[in-house]
Amino acid sequence: MGEIRPKFKFMFFSPLKKLILVLILALVAGFISLPKEIPIKVNLPGISVNKTLTRPNLNVKIGGISFKKNFDLVLGLDLAGGSHLAFEADTGSVDESKKKKAIESVRKVIEKRVNLFGISEPNVLVSSFQGKDRIIVELPGVKEVEKAIDLIGKTAQLTFAEIGEEGSGINPTDLTGADLKSADVTFDRTTGKPSVSLEFTNEGSGKFARLTEKNVGKPIAILLDDNPISAPVVQEKIIGGSAQITGNFSSDEAKNLAIQLNAGALPVSIRLVEQRTVGATLGAESIKKSINAGLIGLFMVLLFMVFIYGKLGLIANVALITFGILTLALYKLIPIVLTLPGISGFLLSVGMAVDSNILIFERLKEEIKERDFQDALEYSFGRAWDSIRDANIATLVAAFVLANPLDFPFLHTSGPVRGFAITLALGIAISLFTGIIVSRNLLRVFVKEKKVAKDTTRRINI
Amino acid sequence: MDWMRYKFIFFTLSGLMIVLGILGLFKWGLKFGVDFKGGSLIEYKFEKGISTEGIDKKLEEEGLKLNSIQALGDNKYLLRLASLDKEGKEKLKKVLENLSYSGVEELRFETVGPSIGPELVRKTIYAILIASGVILAWVAYQFKNLKFGISAILAMFHDSFLLIAGYSFLGHFYNVEIDFLFVTALLTTLSFSVHDTIVVFDRIRESQKKFDDRSKKSSNLLKDSFSRLANQAVTETMVRSLNNSFTILFMLTSLILLGGVSIRWFAVALFLGTILGTYSSPFVAVPLLVSWDKVFRKNPSKKSKTG
Repeated sequence: MGEIRPKFKFMFFSPLKKLILVLILALVAGFISLPKEIPIKVNLPGISVNKTLTRPNLNVKIGGISFKKNFDLVLGLDLAGGSHLAFEADTGSVDESKKKKAIESVRKVIEKRVNLFGISEPNVLVSSFQGKDRIIVELPGVKEVEKAIDLIGKTAQLTFAEIGEEGSGINPTDLTGADLKSADVTFDRTTGKPSVSLEFTNEGSGKFARLTEKNVGKPIAILLDDNPISAPVVQEKIIGGSAQITGNFSSDEAKNLAIQLNAGALPVSIRLVEQRTVGATLGAESIKKSINAGLIGLFMVLLFMVFIYGKLGLIANVALITFGILTLALYKLIPIVLTLPGISGFLLSVGMAVDSNILIFERLKEEIKERDFQDALEYSFGRAWDSIRDANIATLVAAFVLANPLDFPFLHTSGPVRGFAITLALGIAISLFTGIIVSRNLLRVFVKEKKVAKDTTRRINI
Repeated sequence: MDWMRYKFIFFTLSGLMIVLGILGLFKWGLKFGVDFKGGSLIEYKFEKGISTEGIDKKLEEEGLKLNSIQALGDNKYLLRLASLDKEGKEKLKKVLENLSYSGVEELRFETVGPSIGPELVRKTIYAILIASGVILAWVAYQFKNLKFGISAILAMFHDSFLLIAGYSFLGHFYNVEIDFLFVTALLTTLSFSVHDTIVVFDRIRESQKKFDDRSKKSSNLLKDSFSRLANQAVTETMVRSLNNSFTILFMLTSLILLGGVSIRWFAVALFLGTILGTYSSPFVAVPLLVSWDKVFRKNPSKKSKTG
């Protein structure tokens, strides 16, 4: 590991060819990294251009398989605005063996409800830790959070009940929300009042027919989570398998109820334990500010590198910009959900990417005293590589634990820590590539083509 | 340069900082934010500026407990309260609307139940323990020696502890709270600290190999050689270490000044972490390594004169 490394003997590509490959890669990545629309405004006397260039998306068909990809950055809730909700499931009364199944069905029901509510790309996850079962619901761009919480949080167990003689209470029957085929909002033609129409499954129709037959002339109660919402009087036996709930609903309530009934009841009750909502304005401001700060920081780093390392610094800067373009392109391709901590992870990986170059250059300063530039260069790369590898693997390990890709329940399964770790890990991986492949070959070509004489090397050796 | 000659100054400095940190932690403790403690945090933007005086009394009349109100500039205010429900939130909005005689826009709302915090702490501790365990194993394997791994991990804990302790000061003087982002910063410091230390250790290992080859020929070189190797490694990596930290600090300075209020203290935590991580590699990890080597290489039963 520590032995002196000679020049690589087996090189399939010359440094120049490698650089050309890198250049092509960078161009492709650069294209992907471009924002979707680029406004071009030129106002010169005589010429006035006001156009918006639109970057096309990938839409290729090869032998029946079509590749479609829109290269847009996926922004997290804290940047795009949206709501993060955590519900705790009350699984205390559920048998341990059935717990997992119950939670999974809670997740499915919530997912269905949210989808029916019309929120695009919701994210519903289960997180179980030390006996507590949580369902995390992420709703990007949601405006009416309170309404969404009401919709998700209700158990929505629908039961039909018979009403006993003279206030002897109500007796729930076996006809429940589970016997429904579908539910829909309808409006009364004369009053315009909303109601919810129900359609039963075959089995449910049978139950309903028997129930109505038995109770002609009497009211039957419709209970939602044990609260009566309506108690219509049965006129005759109903065999068609449909019914209507005309409670005292607002139109929103009727819509929510229809969604809940269509999605099914929750097997256990849940309650909200955590809510984080970021308005779209704050998100947009955060993006603007972090981009601003990032660009200025980057500019200072670029200046610093040129100031300290001269021409070598310029090469490092080219590598660094390549790093930035590649990273951005990968964020879009994978795609990585970018959050505020994620941006910090990226900025930190910029620091690590610069570090590879600094390590190499500092080494080069020493080696150049003992050998000619070409040898010193290869030697420095070999030596610096040991440090770069060892140091970055340690950081990668930490990032891996934090990102928790295997979803271990005892580690963070969502949230900012994960967002940070993923961008950090990706940044390190790409920085290893740009630090070694890009800077190295740039230096090789740069040096080779200039045929550096002894005294120029002295000059580089500040 | 003979850095290791001053290792007791370094140890004393670190020791002093640790004692100070412990004092700060005992005296002021840490200010935990809603992420850990539970409660609600809400950010509003008003059309006009408001006077925050007496606002807590007005809210108390409505049955709301205000913990703090912080002006963020640009007519934005951050309020911290005990857990708010739907009704509480509406009441709060009404009070604020009356107060400003104008529209109020809700920018951010967070409410966290009391059960979330302990879980977060536990998960973070697990993450730190697992990460340090794996890093220890990796460093020990890579350097074929446990002392490298343990010195690196000790320096890492040194940095993490001082960062946490530093927050007891920031909490006391600037009302800075420990939140989820701080945890992220802490974990970053952890990995940066090791990253930086490994670069120095790597240099020691490299020169040790060269040195071992030479000392096979003449054995009288052995005396106190390890500390000389360490000195050399520290000197050789010093410029790199400083330059690298500068680039990271540039980035962070820009984030602190321009990145907005929501990540300002996060960037400050990273800034402190970077400085600590840079300091601890040559001045904590390497002296620890050298002292360790001294104690174990000499007769273990007899304490050496200097260490």
